[in-house]
Amino acid sequence: MKQFIVSPAPHFHSGDSVRKNMLLVIIALLPAYAVSVWQFGWGALITTAISVAACVLFEWLIAKYLLKQKSTIGDLSAVLTGLLLAFNLPSNLPWWIVIIGALVAIGVAKMSFGGLGQNIFNPALVGRVFLLISFPAQMTTWPVPQGFATSYVDAATGATPLAAMKVALTGSDSMMSAVPEMWDILIGKMGGSLGEVSALLLLAGGIFLIATRVITWHIPVSIMATVALFAAVTGWAGMLPESVCTGEYVMLSLCTGGMMLGAWFMATDYVTSPMSNCGKLIFGVGIGVIVMVIRTWGAYPEGMSFAILIMNACAPLLNLIRPKRFGEKKK
Amino acid sequence: MKSTFRIGGVHPHDNKQYSVHQPITECPLPTKAIIPLVQHIGAPAQAVVEKGQKVKVGELIAKAGGFVSANIHAPFSGTITKIDTTIDAWGMKMPAIFMDVEGDEWLETIDRSNDIVRKLDYEPKAIIDKVQEAGIVGLGGACFPTHVKLMPPPGKTAEVLIVNGVECEPYLTCDHQLMLEKGEEIIIGIQLLMRALNIQKAIIGIEANKPDAIQHMTALASKVLGIEVKALKLKYPQGGEKQLIDACIRRQVPSGALPIEVGAVVDNVATIYAVYEAVQKNKPLISRVMTVTGKSLAKPGNYDVRFGTPLTEVVALAGGVPEDTGKVIGGGPMMGRAMSNIDMPSNKRVSGLLFLPEAESMREEITNCVRCGKCVGACPMGLEPWLLSKQAWHSMWDEMEDHNIMDCIECGCCQFTCPSHLPLLDYVRMGKAKVGGLIRARQAANK
Repeated sequence: MKQFIVSPAPHFHSGDSVRKNMLLVIIALLPAYAVSVWQFGWGALITTAISVAACVLFEWLIAKYLLKQKSTIGDLSAVLTGLLLAFNLPSNLPWWIVIIGALVAIGVAKMSFGGLGQNIFNPALVGRVFLLISFPAQMTTWPVPQGFATSYVDAATGATPLAAMKVALTGSDSMMSAVPEMWDILIGKMGGSLGEVSALLLLAGGIFLIATRVITWHIPVSIMATVALFAAVTGWAGMLPESVCTGEYVMLSLCTGGMMLGAWFMATDYVTSPMSNCGKLIFGVGIGVIVMVIRTWGAYPEGMSFAILIMNACAPLLNLIRPKRFGEKKK
Repeated sequence: MKSTFRIGGVHPHDNKQYSVHQPITECPLPTKAIIPLVQHIGAPAQAVVEKGQKVKVGELIAKAGGFVSANIHAPFSGTITKIDTTIDAWGMKMPAIFMDVEGDEWLETIDRSNDIVRKLDYEPKAIIDKVQEAGIVGLGGACFPTHVKLMPPPGKTAEVLIVNGVECEPYLTCDHQLMLEKGEEIIIGIQLLMRALNIQKAIIGIEANKPDAIQHMTALASKVLGIEVKALKLKYPQGGEKQLIDACIRRQVPSGALPIEVGAVVDNVATIYAVYEAVQKNKPLISRVMTVTGKSLAKPGNYDVRFGTPLTEVVALAGGVPEDTGKVIGGGPMMGRAMSNIDMPSNKRVSGLLFLPEAESMREEITNCVRCGKCVGACPMGLEPWLLSKQAWHSMWDEMEDHNIMDCIECGCCQFTCPSHLPLLDYVRMGKAKVGGLIRARQAANK
């Protein structure tokens, strides 16, 4: 008689998988990547290729020889980490520094904790911050974007809008000429790390991820709302020079630096963010506050990486917040 | 904007196309029948017949074993051969009455005509007594004795009867077809229950993927006072009684309580049809409509099957077990239970048979939890499946109780949605069994 397969319910599955979600995030990043290649040329291509290849290779090597486990590169999370790490680097970063970053991101921040799902901190950000602290000079000189004419080897570097804003907060608008027109900022015709320049296309990618139910709105919206509010208060409190209006400062705060990339692609990383909607909102507000505090009063012009890493550490605490139970009465 | 329940839910493909609109077909009588004495929640029924006795269709053959229990009646006429144990398709042993089927002789008191009886002026108690005598249990899958629901405990009053015409499980279409073919009888059944409960309001909840049923029942209900049809948004598990109450009257039953706590009594349409037959036709519960379905089945459809019929005969009517079958499920694919064989008899609990091809029968490989939180978003009871299953893994029973594990309705939304294919519900079920046992032991010790 034919044997039937017996296993417990449910017998249906949505078809969702880790690989599918990673692939959708990679797809969401492609429009912004196209802009970065258009802006930064060879540097964008080379740095990204090295970063992705190194991350995948290290994950495969560590799984096979150190942990002696099945390889996990098929779930595309290493590819995504490589991509996001590259997006956070200047496009003309020396190749050997990129590889060190990949080793720290995958080896230290991810695999040493037990692989996907076990890490506390966002691997790409850990890689980036490690490089920032270890190679401050190379990590804070950005090339002037000139398409495929952008220098990869010889540094012809320029100031970024964020640096200009930092100076503006001291009361001087001397660097404001380095700030491009609003439309250029939105599209990405400006200096910065290779993947963070096109605010508009990063936003589009983020909305694509919400439409495909990869992420929910709670983290990105709470980050951006907090940042906008903080920037507006900064303006109303009179901390900006005369020529910089509050509205412009709010838009700059949202569109420059790692804000869009961080809010939509880094802070929303599943593993390192809270799991309930309430927790996610608090997480986003925390990131917004910390990044603006660093940008306004801290030594660095950019604080997104640090803000996200600090809130990653708070995520387990935020996971103690329980979702609303069915039938629970409001107290 | 159609209403739906407020927390969680998922959207499986409804796969109703195989058996939808198939007219209800009667299954031919078998030669031998096995009638289990446990077809309901509660104490097993006690046999009141003996070997060699001749019975007619509708005769009482087993008496309820207490208040929360149900009578069982002969679905066939013939001779009782023995009273023995039987093992169902899930390995559970239970007492059963075995009989040889001879002819089709019914008790004279039963009205076998198809005429619709519209008499409504009964005493409420008379209706409830008839329901209890007829051995009616919830035919939505849980098989809770219906008369118990009709007698709210002191201090609790019923305000509204909610009729479950949702049929949220994919593949199943028997309730849909019953509403199309026996809509008027169901309306009369609703009126009888409203009278029994002394309430003036009833709401029939039907999911949006059954527009003809919504139209038909709305037209019938418009001729009668107090019955409203609510079209509900398509979302699983809309048919879960707590979710249905939330969707229909926007009240959420508190943790650990029953629907009567918010003034609601919920009954499935098939149960209500059985109430009509019991009160108006003197016919006890001896059969039900089952959906037999699957992609590769030759004749998927909705079959009216008398209890005790070996399921092999029902399946033969649907064209036989398909070649590529990997899994046979008793019920729907979200909460139904995979069967090891189809030799067992049909009974009040089995609302459908689903044949899944081998390619769809195996689970995917488990990978690390990526802490995406999708299980939290999917859970209709607002629980944290990732946490509960981890706690079950580590035997943290007190913590699980504190995190409301006993509220889990085992709908399967969490496991359905998990991108890492984690067996969340398996661990939660295990935890529930353990924690439930600990709670019962604690209550017994406190007495």
